[in-house]
Amino acid sequence: MAAEPAATRPRDGISHGWRVVAAWLIVSAIATPLVAVVLGPHLPPGNASTQASQQVVDNTVITSIVTPVICLILVFFAYSLIYFRAPRGATVLDGPPLRNDSRVQIVWIIATSVTVLFLAGFGTYELLQNGAGGGQGPSPVAVPSAEKIPVQVIGQQWEFTYRYPSFGGFETHELVLPADTYITFHVTSLDVVHSFWAYELGVKVDANPGVDNVAYVQTKGPTAFHLRCAELCGLFHGYMFGEGRVVTPQQFQTWAARQRVLYAPITKYLPPYSTTYLPDPQERGG
Amino acid sequence: MSVGAKLLLVGLAVAALGVLTGFYTWNLTYAGGSPVYTVPVKYVNGHPVVDLKIQTVAAIGSKLSPNPDWVSYLVRTKDGTWKRETVWDLPANATIHVTDYNFDGDSGLRNPVFGKMYGVSAGSVQNAVYLDGKVTSAIDPTTASHVFAVSALGVVVAFQGVPDSAKNQCGPEAPCPLSNAHTTTEFTFHTKGPGHYRWQCFVPCAAGWIDGWGGPMQTIGYMDGFLNVEA
Repeated sequence: MAAEPAATRPRDGISHGWRVVAAWLIVSAIATPLVAVVLGPHLPPGNASTQASQQVVDNTVITSIVTPVICLILVFFAYSLIYFRAPRGATVLDGPPLRNDSRVQIVWIIATSVTVLFLAGFGTYELLQNGAGGGQGPSPVAVPSAEKIPVQVIGQQWEFTYRYPSFGGFETHELVLPADTYITFHVTSLDVVHSFWAYELGVKVDANPGVDNVAYVQTKGPTAFHLRCAELCGLFHGYMFGEGRVVTPQQFQTWAARQRVLYAPITKYLPPYSTTYLPDPQERGG
Repeated sequence: MSVGAKLLLVGLAVAALGVLTGFYTWNLTYAGGSPVYTVPVKYVNGHPVVDLKIQTVAAIGSKLSPNPDWVSYLVRTKDGTWKRETVWDLPANATIHVTDYNFDGDSGLRNPVFGKMYGVSAGSVQNAVYLDGKVTSAIDPTTASHVFAVSALGVVVAFQGVPDSAKNQCGPEAPCPLSNAHTTTEFTFHTKGPGHYRWQCFVPCAAGWIDGWGGPMQTIGYMDGFLNVEA
């Protein structure tokens, strides 16, 4: 029986494994702080709300954790390209057989388990703080204790409209919110499934017909934010976008009073405020 | 086949796919299913002004569409003929006077808020239109026949339907002559900077389709189109 070929060792006597580990540690030690400190603050979605800022922190944590993993892959890839390349013209030989190494396996299992469990725990904790700007369905679990202004988001092909039940129930085509205030979004749809995405607010909530999908957000200072539908909803889905505004509480009160007067001629025709609406299909008889 | 030839073939295939995708995207977003109509522009004291005359009909008829029973918009072109063209070239920062002759009955709005005129004016009255000569800021949503809305410009106008009891209703072939029963809605809005703005109807008016929202509501050239606003 022929002897198995032995793994080649580098001339300095240090095994390939330890060299890879050393290179990985050095690269990770440089890259991870850079990602956390330099890239982190620029990660989406922005800082127009407490939830959005927290999402930036979450994204920074996740990206920082994943950085050493990416570094390991890249370092091993580069090392392999350099040291495990067959010389040009050399005879192609089968390499040494792979054998399990219980130490590597234990380290691998523990490291990946700790990483995944930490991320699961971290994500759950963050979600339970205030819902993280996501839709929580009609019976939210993470409910902020602060006083909140309800704003209803009504999706239809192809525009979102906004109803303010605590200001006389008027409905408008523009979304304006007061600064430094907790908002409760009640998101629903009159036709197909849409998704209400207020990007810089860190809010993304599915708009389903017949469902009251609730999300919370605490606005920060006056700013503008982008609005989009994030669910393919028909011909003009790509044109279902707009811009919302966060204004000072005084400006908001003034705006709301004007809208109430402006929309008074149609408010009387609106159905009573409800968390969902199921209007008749009103299909024409032809 | 050599590696170079294979690479060349793959490159050509990718390029052809890119061209076809680009053409499809341009056709879908710029023109869609409708020819582009360049609306004549007048200049009043150097300011661009456009008069746009449109009509809304319950059935487009077989002369103007392969879907004769589809509800549709038409535009009166510079030679005085009515055409089913819903993509319009308009000048930027211009005043657009619109007159709509609606020959269709009411369908009712799914969301009543679109019964409120918004972003338009009737003379000096903001957020209002002239409905059969009378300044109107909103209509009963159940009487709405169609809507002209340009969301990106904040324009919403609801057209009142022709009562079922009206005499001399328009027949199944468009265009409809003004001698047929109709409502007239006049309003003014302003374009902003150059851009590609879609407009649409918000009344579920597509007869025979689920929720009244298929067919002509999902096909450019009938109940929706674009404003190509150009500098």
